Amino acid sequence: MTTNGTKEKIRSFLSKYIKKKDLKEEDELFTSRLVNSMFAMQLVLFIEKEFSFKVENEDLDLKNFNSINAISAFVERKAAP
Amino acid sequence: MRTELTPEQSEQQEAFRAFADEKISPEADQYDRDERIPAETLKRLAEKGYSGATIPKENGGSGMDMITYGLLCEEIGRGSASLLSLITIQTMVSQAILKWGDDSQKAQWLPKMGKGEILCSFALTEPEIGSDAKNVGTSAVLSDGTYLLNGRKKWISGGQIADLFLIIAQCDGAPAAFLVERDTPGFFTEPIGDMMGFRSAMLAEIRMEDCRIPEENLLGRIGFGFSHVAGTSLDFGRYSVAWGCVGLARACLEASLDYTEKRKQFGVYLKEHQLIQGMIADMITNLKAARMLCIHAGHLKDSGDPSVIMETSVAKYFASRIAVKAAMDAVQIHGANGCSSQYPVQRYMRDAKVMEIIEGSNQIQQTLIAKYGYLIKD
Ligand SMILES: Cc1cc2nc3c(=O)[nH]c(=O)nc-3n(C[C@H](O)[C@H](O)[C@H](O)COP(=O)(O)OP(=O)(O)OC[C@H]3O[C@@H](n4cnc5c(N)ncnc54)[C@H](O)[C@@H]3O)c2cc1C
Repeated sequence: MTTNGTKEKIRSFLSKYIKKKDLKEEDELFTSRLVNSMFAMQLVLFIEKEFSFKVENEDLDLKNFNSINAISAFVERKAAP
Repeated sequence: MRTELTPEQSEQQEAFRAFADEKISPEADQYDRDERIPAETLKRLAEKGYSGATIPKENGGSGMDMITYGLLCEEIGRGSASLLSLITIQTMVSQAILKWGDDSQKAQWLPKMGKGEILCSFALTEPEIGSDAKNVGTSAVLSDGTYLLNGRKKWISGGQIADLFLIIAQCDGAPAAFLVERDTPGFFTEPIGDMMGFRSAMLAEIRMEDCRIPEENLLGRIGFGFSHVAGTSLDFGRYSVAWGCVGLARACLEASLDYTEKRKQFGVYLKEHQLIQGMIADMITNLKAARMLCIHAGHLKDSGDPSVIMETSVAKYFASRIAVKAAMDAVQIHGANGCSSQYPVQRYMRDAKVMEIIEGSNQIQQTLIAKYGYLIKD
């Protein structure tokens, strides 16, 4: 999948959980309190289902989850053969 | 939405039902009076593989799918809400380890938890912090390769007997989750007795005073103890409780059907009175609706769909409400007998009320559900 394809999927998922028009790719999700306490696990489940890999202990780093760019880079790194 | 069970699930359901009928329901009032569940009962549960219900087989558990596990919770909840709570916390902690533990933590704990050799408690709530759980005050400080825990936890189900506790604390202001063994120096539990409901859930208050644990007992990473580790546990907690409420409401219905066929007033059985029929009809209808929400959440859980988190919240909210309504009506239908210790419906009523408070109170569920409603509006 292209990077743009990955980002589109992430954006479409986020639009169901974040009420912010024009969410930018670098906008911080967690540190700017855009999301509620349940969002963290919703995001984990989304990534696992959509991109077919498990998010694990070693992946628990805000750098992997905090923006569309961050999630996309994380997914591409994990999905790389 | 699929609602029918597979042949294997139906077979398991029969087995759970027989177990609850034979081993739990007849004894549950006594557990309630004694404020404890006998070790023998917990042993029977372990022998059946129910202690490690959702732990995969390769990790030493029974590897139940989520619908089968829900059916187990329903039947246990029908027998004893307190016993259900012990299964719930075992599942909450084992799922957190399964999801966020490293290989050595999984190998160290899961097989023993699966066999019921280790019983677990989930310790989030504190004397001063309940719903605002992200802001717990228990502290964890890293020094010389160990964490030093200080603080208190309250209302911890199974805390009187658990061997292993999942403790949520703050480490430098960031939430973190730790596995603490009962015999750790500086770790103390005190029983909490005389609760209104969940009387035999063996609740305890916990004190940690310079309680030193190895660095390896951190579960997940610092900063992720609430959102991810407790988040995983609480999702399973809500799921188990939702199904348990279906079981509790069914116990109310079954008791009411039975009683109204035996007691006569004004020359006819109670079941002939239309106002009684109204309460029975509400119990049946609400029960069916709650079960469907639970089955829906179960399928989403099995497929790992992100919407499961909200759907489970909806199921827990609804199922606990209808359990309270069913229990209140069951007592009403039983009249003075319902208020006496000769019938279990008064226990159902006390236990049902607790279901509206635990695993995120119903006000917290309502807040989240309503916010979600606005989000998906457009
Ligand atoms: C039998 C039993 C077993 C339990 N077992 C465990 C356990 O094993 N582990 C554990 O960690 N905890 C356990 N608990 C604690 C339970 O999780 C808490 O009681 C629950 O989270 C609510 O917290 P609280 O009691 O401090 O109430 P509070 O948070 O003080 O709330 C009091 C009331 O205010 C409402 N309220 C709070 N905030 C808001 C808001 N923002 N908007 C609207 N209303 C609000 C609540 O819904 C509630 O009705 C148990 C409790 C009971 C009764």
